[in-house]
Amino acid sequence: MTDVTALTATQIAGLVATGGASAVEVTQAHLDRIAAVDGRINAFLHVDTEGALAAARDIDARRAAGEELGPLAGVPVAVKDVLTTKGVPTTVGSKILQGWRPPYDSTIVQRLRAAGTVMLGKTNMDEFAMGSSTEYSAYGPSRNPWDTDRIPGGSGGGSAAALAAYEAPLAIGSDTGGSIRQPGAVTGTVGAKPTYGGTSRYGLVAFSSSLDTPGPCARTVLDAALLHAAIGGHDPRDSTSIPAPVPDVVAAAQLGATGDLSGVRLGIVTEFGGEGAEPGVTAAFDEAVDTLTKLGAEIVEISCPHFRYALPAYYLIAPSECSSNLARFDGVRFGLRTGDDGNRSLEEVMSLTREAGFGPEVKRRIILGTYALSSGYYDAYYGQAQKVRTLITRDFTAAFERVDALISPTTPFVAFPLGARTSDPYQMYLADLFTIPSNLYGGPGISVPCGLSDGLPVGLQVMAPTLADDRMYRVAAALESAVGTFTPPAL
Amino acid sequence: MAAISREEVAHLARLSRLAVTQEELDTFAGQLDVILQAVAQVGEVAAADIPPTSHSVPLTNVLREDVVTPGLTPEEALSGAPDAEEQRFRVPRILDEDVAS
Amino acid sequence: MTTTLPAYDEVVARYEPVIGLETHVELGTNTKMFCGCPTDFGGEPNTRVCPVCLGLPGSLPVANKAAIEATIRIGLALNCSIATWCRFARKNYFYPDMPKNFQISQYDEPLCVDGYLDVEVNGETVRIGIERVHLEEDTGKSLHVGGATGRIHGATESLVDYNRAGIPLVEIVTKPIAGTGALAPEVARAYVTELRDVLRGLGVSDVRMEEGSLRCDVNTSLNLPGQEWGTRTETKNVNSLRSVERAVRSEMLRQAAVLGAGGRITQETRHFHEDTGDTTPGRSKETATDYRYFPEPDLVPLAPDPDWVAQLKTALPELPRLHRRRLQQAWGLSEADMQSVLNAGAVELIEATVTAGATPAAARKWWLGELSRRANETGVELADVGATPAQVAELQGLVDAGKLNDKLARTVLEGVVAGEGSPTEIMTNRNLEVVSDTGALTTAVDEAIAANPVIADKVRSGKVAAAGALVGAVMKTTRGQADAQTVRTLILERLGVSA
Repeated sequence: MTDVTALTATQIAGLVATGGASAVEVTQAHLDRIAAVDGRINAFLHVDTEGALAAARDIDARRAAGEELGPLAGVPVAVKDVLTTKGVPTTVGSKILQGWRPPYDSTIVQRLRAAGTVMLGKTNMDEFAMGSSTEYSAYGPSRNPWDTDRIPGGSGGGSAAALAAYEAPLAIGSDTGGSIRQPGAVTGTVGAKPTYGGTSRYGLVAFSSSLDTPGPCARTVLDAALLHAAIGGHDPRDSTSIPAPVPDVVAAAQLGATGDLSGVRLGIVTEFGGEGAEPGVTAAFDEAVDTLTKLGAEIVEISCPHFRYALPAYYLIAPSECSSNLARFDGVRFGLRTGDDGNRSLEEVMSLTREAGFGPEVKRRIILGTYALSSGYYDAYYGQAQKVRTLITRDFTAAFERVDALISPTTPFVAFPLGARTSDPYQMYLADLFTIPSNLYGGPGISVPCGLSDGLPVGLQVMAPTLADDRMYRVAAALESAVGTFTPPAL
Repeated sequence: MAAISREEVAHLARLSRLAVTQEELDTFAGQLDVILQAVAQVGEVAAADIPPTSHSVPLTNVLREDVVTPGLTPEEALSGAPDAEEQRFRVPRILDEDVAS
Repeated sequence: MTTTLPAYDEVVARYEPVIGLETHVELGTNTKMFCGCPTDFGGEPNTRVCPVCLGLPGSLPVANKAAIEATIRIGLALNCSIATWCRFARKNYFYPDMPKNFQISQYDEPLCVDGYLDVEVNGETVRIGIERVHLEEDTGKSLHVGGATGRIHGATESLVDYNRAGIPLVEIVTKPIAGTGALAPEVARAYVTELRDVLRGLGVSDVRMEEGSLRCDVNTSLNLPGQEWGTRTETKNVNSLRSVERAVRSEMLRQAAVLGAGGRITQETRHFHEDTGDTTPGRSKETATDYRYFPEPDLVPLAPDPDWVAQLKTALPELPRLHRRRLQQAWGLSEADMQSVLNAGAVELIEATVTAGATPAAARKWWLGELSRRANETGVELADVGATPAQVAELQGLVDAGKLNDKLARTVLEGVVAGEGSPTEIMTNRNLEVVSDTGALTTAVDEAIAANPVIADKVRSGKVAAAGALVGAVMKTTRGQADAQTVRTLILERLGVSA
C-alpha cells in the first residue's frame, strides 16, 4: 500500500470510500507518523490514540453497514488546542488549563465528528492564541518542518507544522489576527480564515471575541475548502453566527483549479508596498502576481489609506477583549490553583494562580487591555480603535467596489529562527501586518503557497468581501494549479 | 515621555489579579511603553463623526426561545474544580473589600 | 458611633431630602438570561448549570427572548421610551459569585429610558421619574463557612453554588426624587409597593422581597433649602417594603446628625440591618472599582421592532392604580376607606378573599381589623401575617353558617395565624363550634334559672332586660360556644315570657 500520509484529504476520503484503505489503517498510519516525527516537531500537545482509533473503527463499521458517509469520512484531522473537546485535554497552550478535560464539545469538533473525520489530537499553539511563532506556548515551541531551527508561525503553528510534517492531512486553526494564515504561509501549507460569523465560536476558548474565527488548514486548497464546508454554517449557540448557508467554497476551489481567472479583478494594496516585506517575500509575491496575470486576472492597485492603523487598532481591541475574556481563569471552577495554603485570601490565591498560570505575553496583553479600557483612557484607546475599525471596513468596502478580491503577501517575512523576535514583542506583532485588516473588517482571507525564498515558503494572501469566501478559494486554487504544492525536505 | 509608568503597570496588574514580580514590572513597563507609543497612532485619525464598530457582523436581535435545554450534571460541573465541598466550589476566604455591587 | 439622633420633625424642618431607588427584579422566565438552564428555586447546589452559566472557557451567551420581552413590557408599563437600538455591555470585576468575572449588563445603552410611575401617598399623586430600565444577569450564591452567622466577615472559606447565576435581572432606576419633604420615607415605600404591584400585574416576576426576587437599594441625601443637593449614600440590603421606609428615615436621621455636628457625608455604600433598623458603612465609593465597561462582543445589538413594541404596549394589563379605582367602586368604599385599605397593604388580600367567596365588607373587616393589628404587633407585612385570603374566606363562611360567632372566629383565626391548620380543622380540633344542640342548651338554661331564682322571677314579672344576666351565666357554662340569641330565646321560653 502507498504511504497514505503523503495523500491529500480528498485522496484519503476516496480511498476509504472505495475500500482501498480502512479508516483504521489510515488513522494508524498517521499515528505512526506522529510517533516517528513529532519528537522533533512538537506539533501535538495531546495525541488521542484511543479516541482516534475508536472513531476510525466506528467509520469503518458504518461504511460496512452501508451507511452514507460524508465527503471527509475516515480522514484524520488535527485540532488546535483552542477548541474544547469533551473529556480530552484542552489547554490553549497554557499552564492555567493544564489537565483540564472539558465537559463539553465545541461546535466545530461536533461537526468534525458528524462529517466522519477522525480527530488525532490537539495541536500546539501560542498561549491563548497570542503570538506568531508558538514560542509563547507553555509546552515548548513547535518547529518548522522546513527547518526545525525555525518557527512554524503562530499562533496555530502546531496545526500548520502537523500538515507540513505529514502528521495529518487536515487541521483546524483559529485566526484572530492571522493565526491560521501566517503559519500556513511559513510552512508552505494552505490556511483559510472564513468570514467572521461563518464558523461557530462555541467552544473556541476566547482570545478576542469580535475577531476570533476558527477555520480550515490543509495542504491543498480543495482540501481546505472541503474542511471549510464541513465545519461552517450557522450555529444557534453562537449569537454572532451568520444565519446563511456557507458559500460553495468547494465548487469555487474546483473552478479555480481549472487555472482560468479571466474576468477576475484583483487589487494590490498600495499601502502594503512600503511596509517592509523582506525582499525575498516581495520577489516571490511579484512573481505570483505575474502568474495570476497569465491566468487571466486583471491586476489593479488599490489604496486603503487606513490599513496602516490596523495593527495599532488590533493591539488595542484584542488585548482589551482578552483582558475581560481571560478574567474567568481564576482557579475557582476549573484549571490551575496555586498558593491556597489555608491562610491566604481568595484575592491573593487568584493573583498567585494567574501569575503562575499565564505566560509573559498573556500578562502583557491583559495589562495592556485593562489599561485601554480604563475610564480615563477608553476614548483615546479602545474607543478610537473601534473607529479605526469602521474606517478600515470602509476601505475594504470601497476596494471591493472596484475589485473582486485583494491580494498581498501573507506575512512580511519567511519563517524566522526560534528566539529571533521574543525579546521585542512589537517585532513579533509585525508578523501579522498584512493579515490583521481582514480580522478587523470581518471578511475572509486565505494564504496559499506561492513560492520559495532561500528555500523557505512564501504565502500569498487573498482577501475577499464578507460572505464571499468562495472568491478567495477560486483565486487560491488557480494559483495553486499554476505553482503547485510545496513539500519540505524529508525529516 | 513615557506613555506608562512602572507604578501604573503595578496598579493595572493588581486590578487584573496578577501577582507580578518586581523583575516583570521592570520588563513590562518598558515593553508596554513601546507598544503604547505605537498603538497611540490610532489617535492620529480624526474621527469625531465616525461611528465605532464593536461587531463586524451586521446582525441584530439574535434571541433564543425560553425553553429549557439539558445542562451539566453536578459531577460534570465540578469535574474541573480545583476544590469542591458539599457539591459546591470551594474558595479561600473572601476579603470584605472584594465585595462588589 | 453613638451620636444622639435628632428628632425626625427637626430634621425635615431643617433639611430637604432627595432620594432615589434602584430596584432589581429577578424575572420569572423558564430559563436563564443567556442559556437554557431552568430558573426554579430550591434545587440541590450546581444542578441548574451548563458551560454558559458556569462561564466555562469557550462557552457563549445567547439572549432569552422572553426576558427581552418582559423588560420591554416593564419599560412600557413605566411609560419609558424603548430603545430602537442598544447593546449589552460587560461590567468587569472579580468576584467568585460571578462565573466569568464580568457581568453581562447594560451600560450607556439601556433598553428602556425616561419614564415615570405615579404613586399615591396620603391621597395625593406623586410622579416618580424613571431614569432607566435595563437587563442583566444575576450572580451565584456563596455560603460563607467558619465565620459568625454565615457572614463573609471572619469566614475561613466560601462555597459557591451557581444555580442562580445567569437568572435574568431587571434593574429599574428612578430619577432623583426631590421635594417630598417629611414624606420621603413614605414616598419611597409607596413607590416600591406600586412598582411591585405593576410587576406582579405584568406577570414578569413573583416579586418576593424575602426570597430576593425583588431587591432594593436606596439613595438618600439631605440639603439645606435653596442649596445644592447633598452627598448621597447608597443603602443596600433593603429587603421588605417596611425596610424601604425605615432605611430612608434612618439614613435621614443619621445624615442630619452628622451634618448637625459639622461633619460631612461620605459617598459610600451602606448596609441596612433589618433587626436594628440602622445602616452601617460598606465600601467607600472613593475607592470604587473602575468596571471597564465595553460592548459585549459575544452578543449582537438589540433593535426591537417598533411593531412588536406597539403590540406589547396594546397587550399591557390595567395598571394597579386604575385597577384599584375600579375595586373601590365595586366595594363601595369612600376615598378614606380605600386609603386605609391601601395603607394597610390589603388591596390584593381583600381582592383575593372576595374571590374566595367572602363579601367585600367581611374581607375588609378581617384584614384591616384583627390581622392588621397582629401584623403591626409582630412587625411583619400584612401578607406575611400567617393567614391566607382563602383561609379568611373560609373563616367568614363558618361565621355566616352560624358555626362560629364573632368571638369564636377570632379564636380560630389565632389558630390559623399560629399555623394550626384550616379554620374548619381548628374549629373541630379545638371543639370551638357554636353549641346549637337545644337539648344540651335547655339543660344549661334550666340550671341557670335554678341557680338564679331572684333574677328568674324578675324576668317572669316582665323585666325582660334582666334576662341578660341569665344569658351570661349560660354563656359561661358553655364556654362561649352557645349562640347568645338562641340562649336568650330559650330562657324567655322556659320562663313563659314572650320575646
